[in-house]
Amino acid sequence: MRGLILVAKRELGAYTNTPMGYVILAAFLLLEGLFFNAFAVGASAKASADVLGDFFYFSFGCTVAAALFFSMRLIAEERQTGTMVLLQSSPLANWQVVGGKFLSVIALITVMLLISGYMPAMIFVNGKVSLSHIGVGYLGVFLAGATAASIGTFGSTVAKSQLVAVIISGAITVALLMAWILGRVTDPPVAELWSYLSIYDRHFQSFQKGRINTEDVIFYLSLCFGFLLLSTRVLSARRWK
Amino acid sequence: MIEVQNLTRYYGRHAAVAGLSFSIQDREIVGFLGLNGAGKSTTLKILAGLLLPSSGTVSVDGVDVVQAPDSLRAQIGYLPEDAPLYLDMRVRDFVAYVGQLKGMDSAQVDARIDGVLARCGLSERAEQVISELSHGYRKRVGIAQAIIHQPKLVILDEPISGLDPLQIREIREVIVGLKADCTVLISSHILGEISQTCDRILVLKDGKMAAQGTEEELRGSMGQGGQLELSIRGAQDAVVAALEAFPHTSAVTRVRSEATEGGTVVHCQVALAADEREGLIAAIVGAGLGLRRMDEADSELEAIFVNLTQGKG
Repeated sequence: MRGLILVAKRELGAYTNTPMGYVILAAFLLLEGLFFNAFAVGASAKASADVLGDFFYFSFGCTVAAALFFSMRLIAEERQTGTMVLLQSSPLANWQVVGGKFLSVIALITVMLLISGYMPAMIFVNGKVSLSHIGVGYLGVFLAGATAASIGTFGSTVAKSQLVAVIISGAITVALLMAWILGRVTDPPVAELWSYLSIYDRHFQSFQKGRINTEDVIFYLSLCFGFLLLSTRVLSARRWK
Repeated sequence: MIEVQNLTRYYGRHAAVAGLSFSIQDREIVGFLGLNGAGKSTTLKILAGLLLPSSGTVSVDGVDVVQAPDSLRAQIGYLPEDAPLYLDMRVRDFVAYVGQLKGMDSAQVDARIDGVLARCGLSERAEQVISELSHGYRKRVGIAQAIIHQPKLVILDEPISGLDPLQIREIREVIVGLKADCTVLISSHILGEISQTCDRILVLKDGKMAAQGTEEELRGSMGQGGQLELSIRGAQDAVVAALEAFPHTSAVTRVRSEATEGGTVVHCQVALAADEREGLIAAIVGAGLGLRRMDEADSELEAIFVNLTQGKG
């Protein structure tokens, strides 16, 4: 556990010592604010619960994209700059390296979600929405962001450059986002499988409406675990080569 | 302390290291010599726990590299040719971080870090960001990260490459100082450095041990011929052909031509497997060339290196 926290602290330091972390954070918060104003609030009258639902729709997209950009450098940059040897020649388990790096992105996502809190706060003050709706929506966005971070970690583990890493993880994420379309054009039981894999259509909409579905929580956590496990396996296979 | 038995490492079908065996005692500074591709870096990476050997055994203080890699990694400090540094970190923070990665707790790091920074000449740069440091200081940070956890074995791959003469002297002092606490294994292309720094030399050729011992022992093992500096009047091709045709010549190096009033003079160095200087003079004269000068070359280690890595047979 100590090794995992060490790696996580170092990664967070890398984001705060360089402009990269701030730039990604600022860019996606700006986009989120623009979408909120232009589309969620909009020009026409809306129920405040609908405004909040639309906010979480855009927050989902911005957080998932930010998580992919945050995580693209995790392992790929260490390989590019040759610093991977520091971790590989240390008595650290591979799961500690992967877990520590993943945790650092989770911390950044959490900061991003906290800063975005002024938008639902405005809806809460000016409209009629419950705190539980806000909390559940944020839980969904957090789980989706964590899933994207785990996919990004996997992409960064298999790729040699950050650009290739973000392309790989972006492709996986888009495939999971669009899986519901495949679910419509294929026959059962494959159709059901595609539909189940859809990270937005099938599993996020209940959070958006303020409802927690245990199946959705387990789905996101399973994807996180699966991609982190794959990342650890890839790292283990490379360690002695 | 370090025991290597029949070490072999393949990359595909190519054996980078083939049946290498050697042992190194405690608190010895040992130099690895060899041409590019001789297997030096591969051997060092296996010792550092970064590469798995295809066959053979490697143990450090009785700990087998394959059986207990984590235990081994905690006992080894490794500096590859390109120092692995997080450029955004401050020197002190970086060295402390690597110490913790190696298993030290904060109290142990605090107790040791000032001494390590002082030993590597980094005390005044401790709060500087690594990206702002010169190449020489970055090498020092690389050495500091390799010794912060008091390893039993420090492996330095080309520690002085790219440094200016003053920096080389400073780094040499740091390396020699390490001997008080640990065993040091150095790979370098700079032969004079190996000669001045190391107690013993291992010469690798094509992944195998070509020779090992002190510089004196290696000189003895290659015969009494040594390295000669020659100036010969004649065309360069004819001079080189005549020298290479001499049966006791191991290698002809540093060949350059100079145009003089009396014709072309070729300057070169010749490594001889046996002290057959009279025979060499006769061969030169017999080939119709004019011998202007014959001296013993200064760099004894270079002669040994050329003989062992490029010599005939």
